Amino acid sequence: MTINITMAVLLAGLYSVGFYLLMQRSLMRVILGIVILGHGANLFLQVAGGPPGVPPFAGLSAPEAMVDPLPQAMALTAIVITFALTTFLLALAFRSFVLLGHDEVQDDVEDRRVGTTAERNDLVQEAAP
Amino acid sequence: MSILVALPVLLPLLAAALSLAFNTFPRVQRVLGVIVLSAIVVDASVLLAHVDRAGPAVLRMGGYSPPIGITLVADRLSALLLLVSAVVTLAVLVFSIGQRITDYGRGTASNTFHPMYLVLCAGVALCYVTGDLFTLFVGFEIMLSASYVLITRRTTAQRVRASMTYVIVSLTSSLLFITMTALVYAATGTVNLADLADKVAQLPPGIRTSLGLFTVVVFGIKAALVPLHFWLPDSYPTAPAPVTAVFAGLLTKVGVYALIRTQTLIFTSEAIWTLLLVTALLTMIVGALGALAQNDINRMMSFLLVSHIGYMLFGLALYTEIGLTGVILYVVHHITVQASLFLVGGLITRHTGTVSLRAMSGVATAYPLVAVLFAIPALSLAGVPPFSGFVAKIALLRAGAESATFTAYLVTGAAVLTSLLSLYAVTKIWVGAFWGKTRPPYEDPDPTDEVTVGTGNTSRGMVSATAALVAVGVAIAVFAGPLAGISGRAANDLIDGKSYREAVLGAAR
Repeated sequence: MTINITMAVLLAGLYSVGFYLLMQRSLMRVILGIVILGHGANLFLQVAGGPPGVPPFAGLSAPEAMVDPLPQAMALTAIVITFALTTFLLALAFRSFVLLGHDEVQDDVEDRRVGTTAERNDLVQEAAP
Repeated sequence: MSILVALPVLLPLLAAALSLAFNTFPRVQRVLGVIVLSAIVVDASVLLAHVDRAGPAVLRMGGYSPPIGITLVADRLSALLLLVSAVVTLAVLVFSIGQRITDYGRGTASNTFHPMYLVLCAGVALCYVTGDLFTLFVGFEIMLSASYVLITRRTTAQRVRASMTYVIVSLTSSLLFITMTALVYAATGTVNLADLADKVAQLPPGIRTSLGLFTVVVFGIKAALVPLHFWLPDSYPTAPAPVTAVFAGLLTKVGVYALIRTQTLIFTSEAIWTLLLVTALLTMIVGALGALAQNDINRMMSFLLVSHIGYMLFGLALYTEIGLTGVILYVVHHITVQASLFLVGGLITRHTGTVSLRAMSGVATAYPLVAVLFAIPALSLAGVPPFSGFVAKIALLRAGAESATFTAYLVTGAAVLTSLLSLYAVTKIWVGAFWGKTRPPYEDPDPTDEVTVGTGNTSRGMVSATAALVAVGVAIAVFAGPLAGISGRAANDLIDGKSYREAVLGAAR
């Protein structure tokens, strides 16, 4: 299978921007990252079907000229799922904002425990001459 | 007979819709949930008996002949896991009804728990019986969307962070799953698992290996392999006990099942896969050491869960029949035992009002029944004979010893060490929580949330559900002979792969 170079570059762009945003501290950017990554994944599913062709209606055109309909059906399903889950994620982020008053992603419990232990050790070392 | 394959997916989905319609009648919702899940237990037992006798049952949706269209397939492995999952979901449902987590606050009816729980069961069942990669994705999404709702129900300020982590990590893994499906489709032009088995074998080895590794990453996030495990001990313990129990028992195992299915049917390997063996070793050791550092009883059990995923990988990485037999036995044992441990954790918290091991003491004197219910699955988890964990572990250790390479010996040693560390971890829980002077229960820290704790007593539903699940765990050890027989035959099917392919595609291929 061959792939259009424009599509390849576009996909690479979407995936890298998506993953970059996913690594951010702000919850809003994380959600945008998920959205862009979702676009990338859905577009990829489309592209995986091969080169574009005529609509796949039986009897209207020759089967060789038709585009592969299966990846389109799968992409449609995937788009619906990512759309619904993005909505859920937005609602959850809003809930988190209401409850916590900010939209920062907080540290993991383990990280905080390691952090407090390290701080305590620093204090002990400073106290000792 | 083939309709039996679809019922575990269809029944809960229809019941979920009905349950939503009856959202102002909590009693109807409860009865409906229990009836449907009991029906699935019956369905799965009949299916298992049928499949064991007559070979894989295949249902072609819409009458399309594979590889076109959606096929549902139940072979021995899927039917067995379907049965165990149905039993566990039923017990957990009874427990949550007993705990009244199904109700909003105190007294007023909730309309989300029952429908979402049934949708979760449908998603898990669809993952087990699906015959193509994209429907597997849909099954994962059904299961995960329901789990998002269950984990974020009535979130408090402390819990919203953990559930956020869970949702974002799961969503990322789903997006990687779509990417993987796209790559597989681009390379082979099919998503049917049986068809993929033939087509992937014809691909150049480089592409085959990269696709295989991609599936390990995608399902590895769900199964919580080290180093992809970090989200699990962080998010699971924050949910109420029955929700955690069903997540810990089933959701990670669905990831393990997907790994087993894809790695044996599609990306099969002739020899030991060293990379997966090393991952198994890391998973076992990191999980067990993580558990020892914990003070929160639920966090400790979550780390133990991660550590025991390593055993399942260990058997899979060996690619021998006895190794896979061990894996299947281990999955069956671990689903029941881990779920019962989390339910007992719920009982302890209900009694004492705290999850901190340092804060609680003397549970054995005050509530001897809870102590017994904890001791049996805990010893089983550590692999002490004569409980179910011993049976599964001995099969895995034998498989490791028979493979007789340096890495296999190393990981077998690590497996024994992890058993000891698990025993140490559950002993820590025992010493902290069960021994010592009895303390009066702590006050409920948040009386407005859905879970009442610190009452000093439990309802009959909670105790009997936990006791039933513990009894199932004991039954696994008692009927270890027949169970090992069917696991062996299932493992033989997996290694061979022919019966699955022929059942789906027809004997002509």
